[in-house]
Amino acid sequence: MSVRASILQKLRAAPRQELARPDLAGHFQRFGGREDEIARLRHWAAMMRSVKTDILWTREAEWDAALAGWLAAHPQDSLLLSDTAHGRRLAHSLEGVDKAPRIVCFDREVDGWKAELFDMAAGFTAVRCGIAATGTLVLWPDEAEPRTMSLVPPLHIALFDAATLYPDFYSAMQGENWAAGMPTNALLISGPSKTADIQQTLAYGAHGPRDLLVLALLPPHIAIHDVEGEAR
Amino acid sequence: MSESKITVYPSRAFKDNARLALTDAKLRQSLRGSMDFLMAKRLAAFPDEAELSALRTLGEGIRQRCLSRLPDLLEQLEDKLTANGVKVHWAETAEEANRIIHGIVAGRQGKLMVKGKSMVSEEVELNHYLAEQGVEAVESDMGEYIVQLAGEKPTHIIMPAIHKTKQDIAQLFHEQLPDTPYTEDVDALIQIGRRVLRRKFLDADVGLSGVNFAVAETGTLCLVENEGNGRMCTTVPDVHVAITGIEKVVEKLEDVVPLYSLLTRSAIGQPITTYFNMISGPRRAGEKDGPREVHLVLLDNGRSQAYADEQLRKTLQCIRCGACMNHCPVYTRIGGHAYGTTYPGPIGEIISPHLMGLENTSDLPTASSLCGACGEVCPVRIPIPEMLMRLREESQRPAGERVAHPLRGQGAAASGAERMAWAGWRLVNASPNLYRMFGWAATRLRKHAPKNQLGWTQNHLPLTPAPKTLHELVREREAGKGKSA
Repeated sequence: MSVRASILQKLRAAPRQELARPDLAGHFQRFGGREDEIARLRHWAAMMRSVKTDILWTREAEWDAALAGWLAAHPQDSLLLSDTAHGRRLAHSLEGVDKAPRIVCFDREVDGWKAELFDMAAGFTAVRCGIAATGTLVLWPDEAEPRTMSLVPPLHIALFDAATLYPDFYSAMQGENWAAGMPTNALLISGPSKTADIQQTLAYGAHGPRDLLVLALLPPHIAIHDVEGEAR
Repeated sequence: MSESKITVYPSRAFKDNARLALTDAKLRQSLRGSMDFLMAKRLAAFPDEAELSALRTLGEGIRQRCLSRLPDLLEQLEDKLTANGVKVHWAETAEEANRIIHGIVAGRQGKLMVKGKSMVSEEVELNHYLAEQGVEAVESDMGEYIVQLAGEKPTHIIMPAIHKTKQDIAQLFHEQLPDTPYTEDVDALIQIGRRVLRRKFLDADVGLSGVNFAVAETGTLCLVENEGNGRMCTTVPDVHVAITGIEKVVEKLEDVVPLYSLLTRSAIGQPITTYFNMISGPRRAGEKDGPREVHLVLLDNGRSQAYADEQLRKTLQCIRCGACMNHCPVYTRIGGHAYGTTYPGPIGEIISPHLMGLENTSDLPTASSLCGACGEVCPVRIPIPEMLMRLREESQRPAGERVAHPLRGQGAAASGAERMAWAGWRLVNASPNLYRMFGWAATRLRKHAPKNQLGWTQNHLPLTPAPKTLHELVREREAGKGKSA
C-alpha cells in the first residue's frame, strides 16, 4: 500500500462527524467595517502609517509628477520598473530629470541577472486593491509585474487607486471573487519588512524593503484635506 | 556557519531540565518580561469581547468542520495543487519526509537550502538529515538564524530566540560572523543578519517553507510572516518545497480570513502581519520570476493517531499561535528548551505524545498546573486541560489493557505503587465504614504523618490531618445548635 493510501485509510477509519459550515458571511456582516468612504480611507492611512509607511496622496493625472518630485527630494541610485502603462509613464516622466534614478526595466526572466536585481535601490509596482481594517495593500504579481519587484529592493513604491479600498479582508476576497481563480502568487502587504526577534525590539528592513511609499490616488470627489483631517 | 553540537534535551529528562531551567535567573527574567509583553499585546488586540468570542467560535467551527472532512479535503487539495502544477508528496514518518526533501534537492544537485520558518521541518529534524547528506540548510527567519548560529533549538514557536538578550546576540554575531564588530544596536544587528542572509537567498538552490493554511478549494498554500524571508525562500530559488502536517488543510479560501485574524492577534497582538503570501503554483509561461518547481510534502507523523479519537482530534485544531505558551505559568518559568520537544508549552504537551509516543513524553502531560489559562486563551477553543487529563490517564493505563484507540506508549508512566494507592483510595471511599475508620485513624494519629511527602515537601511544610474529621465537626456544630435552641 502506498504511503498516501495508508494515511488516507487511517483517516477514513476514524469516526465521521457531520458538521455544518460556519456562517462566515453572517459574522463579517455583524463585525465588518461600516465606516463611510472617507473614514475608511483615514483608518487605512492611520494603520499603514503605524507600520512605517509613507503615503503620498495624489490624483490620477498627476501621480507621476508627484513621484518625480518625491524622488528629487529622496534620491535613489536605481529604480526597477515594469513594462506596463504605469511603468512606462513613470520612465517617461523621469527622462532628463536631474538626479533621477537609473531606470531598469524588468522585461526579461530573472535568472540571468539576479545579482543585479539584488543591487536595485527601489521598485515600483501597482496595487490591485486595499484593505482598510488592517492597513493593507493587495498585490497580484503577473507576467508584466514580477513578484520580486515588491520584495528585493530596499524601497518599494506602490501605486494604489484609493477607490479600490475594501473595508476588510473578507469583503475584498468576496468582492473580487478570488476563489474563482488565484494567481500563482497573491500577496497582502502591510508595511515594510520588520522583525522583533531580538529582545522584542522592533526593527524594519529585516529581509524585504526597509521603506514603503504608497502613491494613493484619490477619486475626484474626495479632497486631500478630507482624508488627512486629524488622522495624520 | 557554526559547527557546534545542537543541544538536545531528551524529553524523558523533562524534570531534570525543568529543575535546571529554574536555577537560570537570566532565563527566568527574560521569559517573564517577554511573556508579560506578549500577554498585554494580545489583550490589547481584542478590545471587543463580543467580537473575540464570536471569532473564536467561528475559528473553532471552521477547524472542526475541516477536520471532519479531512481525508476528502486532502484529496481535493492534492487534485487542485496538481492541476496548478505543484507536485504533492505524502510522508508517514519524519524519515520519509526527509528522504523526499533530500531527493528533490539531490535531483538538482543542490548544495544550499534556505529555509523560512517551519516548525514541521524542526519536528522532522531536517537540518541534521540534510547536513548528513552534504546539504547546508540555512534558517532565514532572524530568530531561527540566531539559534542555529548558536547551535541551539528554538525555545518558542513564534519567537525562537526569545531566551536570548541583545548582548548574547551581539557576542554571537561578533564571534561567528567574519569581520563583524561587536554592537548591541538592534537595528545594526538586524542589518548584519540581512546582509549575510541576502547572499544565501541569492545562492540557494532550493527554498523551503512551512504552511499556515493549505486551501483545498483553490490549491493555495498560505504563509504568514513579518520579515519577508518567507517570500524570499519561496520566490528567489528555482525550487520551492513546502512541508506541512496533514491537519493544516482548510476547505474554502474564505476560511483563512478569520483564522489569519485569530493567529496574528493571538500570537503577538498584531492586527495583521507584514506579509500574507498565497502561493498557488510555480512560475507560469511568461512569468519572469518565481520558482520553476513547487513541491508540497504532507506529513502524518502521528497526527492520524490523534485524529482517530474524537476527543484527542481537537488537538489538531491548533493554528500554532503560541498563545497557550505565553499564558502558561509552567512555560513562563522554564522556557521551551526544558520540554525537549519541537512544540513546547501546553500545545506541545498534547501534540508531542502523538508525534513521539507517550513512552518518550509521559512527563509532559503532568507539566501543567491545570489552571486553565491555556484553554482560556486558545483562539480555536482547544480544551487543553481536558486533553492533559486524558493523556495522564492514558499514560497510567496498563499497557495490556484493550481500548478503542490505543495510544503509542500507553501505560508508559504506569506505576504499581501508584495504582495500589489509588485502589486503596477507591476502597476506602466506596465503603462508609472503612471511610469512617480511616478518618478516625488519620485524625487521631496525625502526629505520625510522614515528614517527607514526595515532591510536596520540597517547597512546602508537610501536610498534617486536622484534629477532627469534617463529619465530626459538623456533628458537633449541629449538636451545639440543638442545645442553644
